[in-house]
Amino acid sequence: MFVALRDLKFAKGRFALMGAVVTLITLLVVLLSGLTAGLGRENVSAITDLDADHLVFAAPAQGQDISFSDSVIPAGTQEAWTGVDGVASVEPIALGMSRVESGERSTGVAFFAVGGSSTLPPAAVRGGEVVLAEQAAEDLGVVAGDTVAVGGTELEVAAVAGRDSYSHAPVAWISTADRPTTGADPTAATVLAIHAGAADLPAADADLGTETVTVADSLNAIGSYSSENGSLQLMRGLLLAISALVIGAFFTVWTVQRSPEIAILKAVGASTGYLLRDAVGQAFVLLLFGTGLGAALAAGLGALASAAVPFVLDPATVLLPAALLVVLGLVGAAASLRRIATVDPLTALGSAR
Amino acid sequence: MTMHLNDVTLTYPDGDGRLTALDHVTVHAEPGALTAVVGPSGSGKSSLLAVAATLITPDSGQVLLDGTDLVGLSRAQRTSVRRKRIGIVFQSANLLASLTALEQLTVMAHLAGGVTTAAGERAAELLDAVGLAARADRRPHQLSGGQRQRVTIARGLMNDPSVLLVDEPTSALDTERGAAILDLLRRLTTERDLATIVVTHDRDHLAHADQVVEITDGRARVLAAA
Repeated sequence: MFVALRDLKFAKGRFALMGAVVTLITLLVVLLSGLTAGLGRENVSAITDLDADHLVFAAPAQGQDISFSDSVIPAGTQEAWTGVDGVASVEPIALGMSRVESGERSTGVAFFAVGGSSTLPPAAVRGGEVVLAEQAAEDLGVVAGDTVAVGGTELEVAAVAGRDSYSHAPVAWISTADRPTTGADPTAATVLAIHAGAADLPAADADLGTETVTVADSLNAIGSYSSENGSLQLMRGLLLAISALVIGAFFTVWTVQRSPEIAILKAVGASTGYLLRDAVGQAFVLLLFGTGLGAALAAGLGALASAAVPFVLDPATVLLPAALLVVLGLVGAAASLRRIATVDPLTALGSAR
Repeated sequence: MTMHLNDVTLTYPDGDGRLTALDHVTVHAEPGALTAVVGPSGSGKSSLLAVAATLITPDSGQVLLDGTDLVGLSRAQRTSVRRKRIGIVFQSANLLASLTALEQLTVMAHLAGGVTTAAGERAAELLDAVGLAARADRRPHQLSGGQRQRVTIARGLMNDPSVLLVDEPTSALDTERGAAILDLLRRLTTERDLATIVVTHDRDHLAHADQVVEITDGRARVLAAA
């Protein structure tokens, strides 16, 4: 890196410009990653935080996919699942969207209706009670012991616990008996949260007309999640691809500009390997500096933004995208390496033909 | 060490045929002797230098460096020979824009494995030998044409080569500075026992040479022997 480091210092303006581009792209990618994770968490945290490893859905019609909004599991099927060999626990959940009111205030919630002995809520919930997520309690200005109306039914707030949400709405855990009337079978569940153990799940699904998936796979059954997450991931992917192209274009132009110097170095005895290491090292230093600064700025902005928007600030949303940008940047820079290898040292002798 | 070009022929593609740049050329460069190669533009002077520098492989003939034929070596081997045993001074004082005068020399040590204290001292000593000790921290754009050419000469000597190949060292200089450069090459050749080959179009400088070889249409003729 003897020449590379001195080039970085000598051509400060050029490399500062490119470093600024890398910094801004990193800033954008990290902010988008944090926002994607934040929005995703708002959409699915109530599901991912369930104490279960699989969810059982009603089998969809042919050609359709499982869906939280379409799944209806009758009481008989729920009962049958409790008898499946190897299944450690079965917890029926009826979920839907509703409004909770307290005096003049109201807010939208996702209700998760469970049996009286269920261990799924963050605090025990019995008939006539509701356990509100912190966000819902803040919106309503209520605390434990207050009374709220869930879908028109007066319930006492048994506890304010957890920050889980589903489909961008905070969760209200209620008893099955208090679920808002929707016209559907009041004994039916939407899904069954199970610990599958060593159970033969395909056989059970075939027997009982259900479809069982892991909790992670069940997220695609939330319509808004798959479309929202897909769009944001597409934007992130395009940004990463653009960054690789921009960095590749910069280093290609840079290599073309310094071809005469590469020819000199080759003529006086620099091996192609030495020059390639020099060029890759130069790109690595630039990328490390640019992504490091961009990630630090994004982390700072993300910390500020997380008070107002859903934003996740952790290694997966900051360090991982930054590392990915370094790798993709190096891939882009590698496009210029072929030019280095093909520069003819003979051109250093200007008059030779 | 000596460099002998024996019966070297070099051709280039030229339309449907081939253009003969060197036609059975023989040149012997001995240690401590400065060989001047003269000839009109396009006569094959620079081609001769490119062959001697292993930058191009001739169609036939031998390029012997202390008895070892460099023709037929692999690209990596030729690169190694240039790095360790041949110094090259380019026509247009080709220097690296981002390096200081001193670094133009120490980069050679880096190419050879690493910049040591001894390499730094040798670079400083060589800059002093070419009269640029006070300009060691200057970059190329801060040096005059003559000073840049002196730096390239010092760079050519950095790895203690046995052969110094110089391409038109005075082409970008006025008469006075050109003469000074030839004086310097003459002195370094003697002091360091170099086998020096200087390609030049300027016959005013032939008095500095021990041997003069004229090339015309690719054919060499020794005008004055060492």
